[in-house]
Amino acid sequence: MVISFSGVLTGILLTPVIGAIIILLLNKESKEQARIIAAMSTGIALLLALGVFFGYDVDAANAAADQGQTYFAFEDHVKWIESVGISWHLGVDGISAPMVLLTAIAGFCGVLISWGINDRPREFMAFFLLLVAGVFGVFMAVDLFVLFFFYELSIFPMYFLIVIWGWAQTRQYAAMKLTLYILVGSVIALVGLLAVYFKAGEATGIYSFDFVDLHAAQVAGAFDTPFAGSLPDAVTTAKLWFPAIFLGFGVLAGIWPLHNWSPDGHVAAPTAVSMIHAGVLMKLGAFAALRVGVQVLPEGAKVHLPWIVFLTLINVVYGALIAMRQRDFKYVIGFSSVSHMGLVSMGFATMNLTGMTGAGLQMFSHGVMTALFFACVGMVYDRAHTRDIPSLGGFAQKLPWVAVAFIIGGFVSMGMPGLSGFVAEFPIFVGLWDGPAFTPAGDVIDSFNYYGLIALIAAIGIIVTAAYVLRVVGQVFFGDFNAERFPRITSITIYDKIALVFLTFWLVLLGVYPRLMAPMIESGLRLVVASIQGGG
Amino acid sequence: MTFSTDAQASVIAILPEILMVVLAVAVLVLDVFWRVRERVEIGYVAGFGLLGIAALVWLIGTPQQSGELSDQLVLGGMIRHDDLAQIFRVMVIVAGGLSCLITMGMDRLRVRGDFYALVIISVIGASLTAAASDLIMIFLALETLSITLYLLAGYLRNDDKSTEAGLKYFMFGAFASAFTLYGLSLVYGFTGETNIYRLGRVVSTGGLNDPAVVIALGLVMVGFAFKISAVPFHFWTPDVYEGAPTPITALLSTASKAASLGLLLRFLLAVFPPPDLLPAALDGVKDYSVLWVELAAVLAVVSMSLGNVLALVQTNIKRLLAYSTIAHAGYVLVGVAAISTDKSGDGAAAVAFYMFMYVLTNILAFAVVILFADATGSNEIRDLAGLSRRSPWLALAMTLALLSLAGIPPAAGFVGKFLLFRAAIDSGLVWLALVGMINVIIGLYYYLVIVKVMYMDLPQDEAPIPVSLAHVWALSISSAGVVLFGTVLVSPLLDWATDAAHALYVML
Repeated sequence: MVISFSGVLTGILLTPVIGAIIILLLNKESKEQARIIAAMSTGIALLLALGVFFGYDVDAANAAADQGQTYFAFEDHVKWIESVGISWHLGVDGISAPMVLLTAIAGFCGVLISWGINDRPREFMAFFLLLVAGVFGVFMAVDLFVLFFFYELSIFPMYFLIVIWGWAQTRQYAAMKLTLYILVGSVIALVGLLAVYFKAGEATGIYSFDFVDLHAAQVAGAFDTPFAGSLPDAVTTAKLWFPAIFLGFGVLAGIWPLHNWSPDGHVAAPTAVSMIHAGVLMKLGAFAALRVGVQVLPEGAKVHLPWIVFLTLINVVYGALIAMRQRDFKYVIGFSSVSHMGLVSMGFATMNLTGMTGAGLQMFSHGVMTALFFACVGMVYDRAHTRDIPSLGGFAQKLPWVAVAFIIGGFVSMGMPGLSGFVAEFPIFVGLWDGPAFTPAGDVIDSFNYYGLIALIAAIGIIVTAAYVLRVVGQVFFGDFNAERFPRITSITIYDKIALVFLTFWLVLLGVYPRLMAPMIESGLRLVVASIQGGG
Repeated sequence: MTFSTDAQASVIAILPEILMVVLAVAVLVLDVFWRVRERVEIGYVAGFGLLGIAALVWLIGTPQQSGELSDQLVLGGMIRHDDLAQIFRVMVIVAGGLSCLITMGMDRLRVRGDFYALVIISVIGASLTAAASDLIMIFLALETLSITLYLLAGYLRNDDKSTEAGLKYFMFGAFASAFTLYGLSLVYGFTGETNIYRLGRVVSTGGLNDPAVVIALGLVMVGFAFKISAVPFHFWTPDVYEGAPTPITALLSTASKAASLGLLLRFLLAVFPPPDLLPAALDGVKDYSVLWVELAAVLAVVSMSLGNVLALVQTNIKRLLAYSTIAHAGYVLVGVAAISTDKSGDGAAAVAFYMFMYVLTNILAFAVVILFADATGSNEIRDLAGLSRRSPWLALAMTLALLSLAGIPPAAGFVGKFLLFRAAIDSGLVWLALVGMINVIIGLYYYLVIVKVMYMDLPQDEAPIPVSLAHVWALSISSAGVVLFGTVLVSPLLDWATDAAHALYVML
């Protein structure tokens, strides 16, 4: 039954679940206890996640990549549904270890930020913890059924959290839209996953959802044959199903034109949920698209990413331009997420080590940054009761902590050197400039390598980002404070301060010391980049 | 082919039914001798009696020498004692037991021993349906199941809606039975056999007239489609579900359906087998399986789509669940369509797994509906408003049931749907799986709307809803099942379902 079991990852996953169960068992009046238990369980998960992050052995990962083998640390591998080829297989590689840490950070800070929720905090915390557990599960899953299981599992607490505690004006619409959008994407991806599963089983005789087995099947060339006998040779499994999987999961990553749910969802969600949502959940989509799409079907990526890169370009530029036009503080951040997540997908689309590593760093950096942004927006909104940018102003005097945190987040967003945004975006642009180096060159970019051009246009997005960030900072935090309109602006609580400092800490740390994460992410990507560039 | 003549094996094969007859009699006797004060507990006797029998069925399992068809066909070939029969029997008996327990939440029915006895008898019918392997037994079992359900649906004689439900169900049911009977008699007339395994051989190799076989198949399918409320034979479903006493609605949507599906799997494969299930040496084999695969696929598509679309506009929770039942019949038929080309048994295993989780899920949903209707006198969805503030646990249980119906983890519905669509893709029905998945999303919408009403809207009345002890049992058993069979216990149940599926392919 048990193949290997270190227990750490299962522990991280179960801590919030156990916390949620304990909270549900409390009686109705125990509001404070519920908050404390939630903080404790996310705190324990955070400590464990730090242990996983710092305990990750980059050298071993590189050694495995040199051998052409997949590498997962802290594996928990237990038989689950044997007859279908499903096992409880958790593990972290260089890409997912930072994501696990990100989830733990955002989860812990989310609990602190939500301390003030007074309407049914028990239910809030329980659903929030379930959401965090689901997200952990996706990032840790090596078995792709497990990944899918948790992917779906993280959607429904989201619906609850938005529809019950969200912004009253749009919550019903936004929650339903978000749920349906994401589920449509996920079932399309599921069909693709099943097709890949059966194809791998046919070719190798091992019917399994395990990433390791599917990767082995890919190396053996199982996906390079026509998907069905009646199809022409060119329509291989990889080419046929890659778009379904990549774009299916891409819905959650906010790829244009499937991003429509995301600003509405972010705005309607309560602060902590926006933090998890924009900060972590969107990475779920990008991560799943990478793991199930690019890593399992690199041959498909070679054919399709060269056109998907245009979609991501629209993300970056269009998202930034729309953010520029918003009057609502929270919508600005919502659209900035669309823009920044475009950079992540764009990094994947470079298909070289530099660009993809940048995408991995951007996932972490944007996650923390957006969580910080939404926390700041929430703190302002809770006190001002409006998010209309022109009517706010001078809040730096009243909420200095929030102003400083927001400005640092803004610098990250603009890609200011010394902060994590620069560390993440710079490699993406370098990677774009280089373009995918196929040997032999792919079908599409034989004649003209347009990736450099895309880098130039995408740079517009960065300029616009600077413009809207500075505009928001100027109008919300500086300028004249309207004392008549906002007579009572209370200062933020100690929990809020801890959360803000903690989030900012990671942005600065990664900015000044990128070696903390970059080699790790690189080690996780070497195998897939090698198979994209090396294979015929 | 010979049938088993082992008397002991025969008795063991129908031991559950024997015990249930005893239980029914015991309940009737207690009903007479117990005073009203004691009689309020009579539901426990019926409910836990049935659950105990279900556990016994599971413990007994199948004969050791299983694998040989002739050892499993007992009582002159009337009954086949195999894993398929066992798993569907457990389902229907559990459904009956839980229905008895949730009946105890209704004051009017709680003390009626005859009501419980009728439930037990209908479960006997359902249980025999799942094991029947002879035309005579098929018809008898189906009628035992149906006639008691007609009575039960119209049991509340002072309630117009219940009376209407009983009458309507009877009229439609009698009509469908006539079709089935006519189909069965045609099959018998052409082949001269009543045992389905023997007559399957004749149908395949006997050089029968094609149109005649098609007509017989069509007529029998009408009966089955009626029982599982597949479109276009679903018209009775919403009205009967709405009018019948809610525990009977629960029983109708679970036991009656599960038993009919178990029989459907067995009947289709045995009577109209795909040629590669038959010995290779036979000459002149005709393949009728293509017909019913197509028929099942078409029924699946229309049932899923129509059921889900009509459910979108419902305002009454019982009617909504009725349309959702129609949609779920469609999902299961996806699995039925996958059984003929899929020798690994994935399709049939998926159907068995799905029905098992569906039984628990639906009972869970109806258990909450009963409590709620009893406390508020309403079955309207909008009156569920604020249930999470009034009774957080009930709201959570209902949410779990709805998530399971919608196919969201960690509820068992997720794995169930996953297995069905996997089987469909495996047998080359990718389009059918896609239609099914689109339907899952449509379904999700109306399930989530109910969740929204329970959690977001404000209640008119803040008082908690009283929950009886029997209900706590029913709710805990079914919700534990829904969670466990969706997570840690998937494998044991699926292995059992796979054994059942393999038994299905053991033929002459």
